[in-house]
Amino acid sequence: MVKEGLLYAKSHEWIEVDGKEGKVGISDYAQHLLGDIVFVELPEEDAEIDKEDSFGVVESVKAASDVYMPVTGKIIEINEELEDEPELLNKDAYKNFIMKIEILDESQLDDLLTKEQYEAYIETIEHE
Amino acid sequence: MNNYNALIIDHSRPGRRGYTLRNTEVDQIDLSEVFGSDLLRKESAELPEVSEPEVVRHFTNLSKKNFAVDEGMYPLGSCTMKYNPKINEEVAALAGFNNVHPLQPMSTVQGSLEVMYGLQNALKSISGMDQVSLLPSAGSQGELAGLMIIKAYLRENNQQYRNKIIIPDSSHGTNPASATMAGFETITIPSNENGTVDLQALKDAVGEDTAGFMLTNPNTLGLFETDILEIAEIVHGVGGLLYYDGANMNANLGITRPGDMGFDVLHYNLHKTFATPHGGGGPGSGPIGVKEKLVDFLPGHYIEKTDDGYTFSDNPKHTIGKVRSFHGNFGVMLKAYSYILSMGSDGLVSASQLAVLNANYLKESLKEDYVLPIKSVCKHEFVLSGLIEANGASTLDIAKRMMDYGYHPMTIYFPLIVEEAMMIEPTETETKETLDGFIIALKEIAEEAKTSPEKLKEAPISTLVRRLDEVTAARKPILTWK
Amino acid sequence: MHPYLAHTQEEIKEMLERIGLENIEDLFSDIPSEILFKEKLDFPVGKSELEIRDILYKLASENKSTLEYTSFLGGGAYDHYIPAIIPQLLLRQEFYTAYTPYQPEISQGTLQAIFEYQSMICELTGLQASNASLYDGATAAAEALFMAYEANKRKTFIINDTVNPETKKVIKTYLDFKGLSYVEAKSKDGLLDIDNLKEMLDSEVGAVLVQSPNYYGLVEDVEAIADLVHKNKSLLVQSADPISLGLFKTPGEIGADIAVGEGQVLGNTLNFGGPYLGYIACTKKLMRKLPGRIVGKTEDLDGKRGFVLTLQAREQHIRRERATSNITSNQALCALAANIYMAVMGKQGIQDVAKQCVDLSYYTAKALTANNNFKMKYNTPFFREFVIETPIKAADLLEKMLEKKFYAGIDLEPYTGSENELMIAVTEKMTKEKIDCFVKEMEACINE
Repeated sequence: MVKEGLLYAKSHEWIEVDGKEGKVGISDYAQHLLGDIVFVELPEEDAEIDKEDSFGVVESVKAASDVYMPVTGKIIEINEELEDEPELLNKDAYKNFIMKIEILDESQLDDLLTKEQYEAYIETIEHE
Repeated sequence: MNNYNALIIDHSRPGRRGYTLRNTEVDQIDLSEVFGSDLLRKESAELPEVSEPEVVRHFTNLSKKNFAVDEGMYPLGSCTMKYNPKINEEVAALAGFNNVHPLQPMSTVQGSLEVMYGLQNALKSISGMDQVSLLPSAGSQGELAGLMIIKAYLRENNQQYRNKIIIPDSSHGTNPASATMAGFETITIPSNENGTVDLQALKDAVGEDTAGFMLTNPNTLGLFETDILEIAEIVHGVGGLLYYDGANMNANLGITRPGDMGFDVLHYNLHKTFATPHGGGGPGSGPIGVKEKLVDFLPGHYIEKTDDGYTFSDNPKHTIGKVRSFHGNFGVMLKAYSYILSMGSDGLVSASQLAVLNANYLKESLKEDYVLPIKSVCKHEFVLSGLIEANGASTLDIAKRMMDYGYHPMTIYFPLIVEEAMMIEPTETETKETLDGFIIALKEIAEEAKTSPEKLKEAPISTLVRRLDEVTAARKPILTWK
Repeated sequence: MHPYLAHTQEEIKEMLERIGLENIEDLFSDIPSEILFKEKLDFPVGKSELEIRDILYKLASENKSTLEYTSFLGGGAYDHYIPAIIPQLLLRQEFYTAYTPYQPEISQGTLQAIFEYQSMICELTGLQASNASLYDGATAAAEALFMAYEANKRKTFIINDTVNPETKKVIKTYLDFKGLSYVEAKSKDGLLDIDNLKEMLDSEVGAVLVQSPNYYGLVEDVEAIADLVHKNKSLLVQSADPISLGLFKTPGEIGADIAVGEGQVLGNTLNFGGPYLGYIACTKKLMRKLPGRIVGKTEDLDGKRGFVLTLQAREQHIRRERATSNITSNQALCALAANIYMAVMGKQGIQDVAKQCVDLSYYTAKALTANNNFKMKYNTPFFREFVIETPIKAADLLEKMLEKKFYAGIDLEPYTGSENELMIAVTEKMTKEKIDCFVKEMEACINE
């Protein structure tokens, strides 16, 4: 399931843009690939991280995947609920964001995929 | 006592005790007077209060909840679960070895030094390397020390810019982890369709930033890297060094030597190849061997024989520094030495031959029911890729069902390049009857998958506990009894 | 055929037939002939068990063990009492011939034992999480600094200059290759100089590691620096001897984030330096940065309690180049010895052993210095081990005492530069009679 109205990175993160801010999470496709999520390593608030750099790790029992910044940004809020209930990402990957960021370079949003583009992208990797 | 289900702390009752000490006959020190109450513990550690027989019974009952090599076949790939000879335990328990302090004068530890010297020389001969350090505690620490040696050697030759270690995608997970710990970046190269090093990919990956290439031969698919001389030429050609991961050495004893294949540095796993017990996860011992040009970089002393007896060498001139305290896991070295004395130069060759024979026999016998991705002759181990007619049964299901048949499962989901991987290493000490029993069991499981797949999904059913909830264990970790 | 190998010629033939080969050598025909080893390995052919016994019993007798000589050696390895049940239980094949517990359904014995070990290490240290063991105390200290680096990415560390020299060497090696480094905080009169530490703390310091009791046996007031270190946003690591934790404030009480130490003293023999075990424990907050194996409690499908390896996504087999550590095999059987030791000594025993070490070492120190021939180097409280100043060179004294069948201690010349300092360790195994004899002979040596 790919949600309407969000922008997606090929590394399977989404961003919901709201002015100069954005909520960031992982896609439903990503949570499905990982299986039961057991831990989310959250970033530090106030940290500035470049586009495509890792901002945290999502772990399942047998895997650990980095999650990457869709655009360069400053972390303004983290979703602390995930510390105790990482399974929220399995339950609803779109409702449960990982963090809110201040978008530092809005032009980078143009590089991200729309719902349709991301769906097409998943299609191609599924058939690999 | 299958139903024994207590923790040691459950037996605790105030006032019970399981030890005795003598009366010291000296003045009692007043602790708060000497140390002041600020330095002293306010509350006692809540360790159990139990009698001696309770402790004995507790741990005896715990032991019965384990499966071990002395009970049955334990074909974990890349782990070499061979028989652990009992004479080794007997000699390792001798008071003359056990009660020796690591800082005693050389003249008082000649027996221990002779053991280390003998082992050091045997390992040199087996690998074709020029010098051996027995210091590292386990294979992964040997690997770390070996990579540090490569780094120190490059530094000494003003080639700090060589910061990349190349690793095949079939490698053991420790390889990249050790490379990172030694301060290298890793480049992973894909294997070719035969499961061996893709020479073109290697050629593309090497360059002036290449520090080294790590390889195990035979590799984790159990295949001998027959292009090894060309691989060595490619790596050496650009100025890199060649590292040998000794986890799979059980296929090579007296047949091929890493030193003759062009490897510059390697580690041995005494707890795999040389029959020392795994102890439920250790202790191991991971000596390293090097070619002449790297001897000066070893992590510490090795043993020398002089007119006055055995002694430690001086610290190597450009030593990387110690990687652990004292002289290494001596107790493990002693068992390995006893094993080498017993097998001898002739017996070790037979061991490797039979280990390879056993693996090929299983491979040929299982390929009708299980997917065999690579058909050629294997060495000490081989990899299957799940059932031919899986009917929904995963490798995990097969592994769990094997327990109901009385076997320890093989290594599963490794190497990563084979889907549903089942990595099987029978070792030389399993008899043909045992192997035949194992084949029959795996064939029956294959049949069950077709006719009654729920038997695999629900397995194991005969064990003390059934499949455990690892997800909750990781989400809400409970690591102590408090 | 060798007794560990069972194949008859007939069986080998049958097996080769199934494989489709004629000779056993054909299994190796893929190997280029230029790398086939054509010589014989350079050591004798296999020996009988009787011969192996002869050889190794003889070599054991060539050592002068601490049963034959009276030993006051310490310096990181101590000759403590080992209850008889420990070596016997360790020889249960179910424990020692098992591998790492990858398959929990048939490894509950090892897994529960590790869980109990973790629980008791946490009791001793006052911290919340422990792993299944590391190689030794020295590598545990190095791994603790790596944990600190993972937590705050700061690249330098401070350690007290009285950390065990073996530990320092290992820390140096580990840090150096990762591009990290440490500096030593100077001691004053054998103890950490807090003013000096204050000056050294800056925003580059990832952690401060203090060994207490320190190398010279002196008990440090680690609590006094906890606030200082934490205000600097650095982590506090205490290296502590586990026996001493029977008496002294725990790293947890003091405010340390990580505790490490050499676990040999918990039921493991001296064994010429190994195998031992390193323990490492930490706060709940740092739990997911611990290196190595960790066991957790869980339930099976039927709701029955069981144990599994957990938090595995930290480890090398999953994270590969981004793992917290490369450690794979640990010292499981040594940790089992430690586990049985902590169980059988228990709540009171660990205190009694520690107290007897204090009583006997203080008695020894008092007796040695009674005639003013030997002087205490430091006038601060110590645990189990202490330093004396010797009127003749410590090296000469040691040699003379060796002739009288004493290992009289450790010459500190390599570490302090002084030729006249001797470090003496006294455990609960030592008797008053032996100590009196030791003191008499020491006096005799300097008067010779």
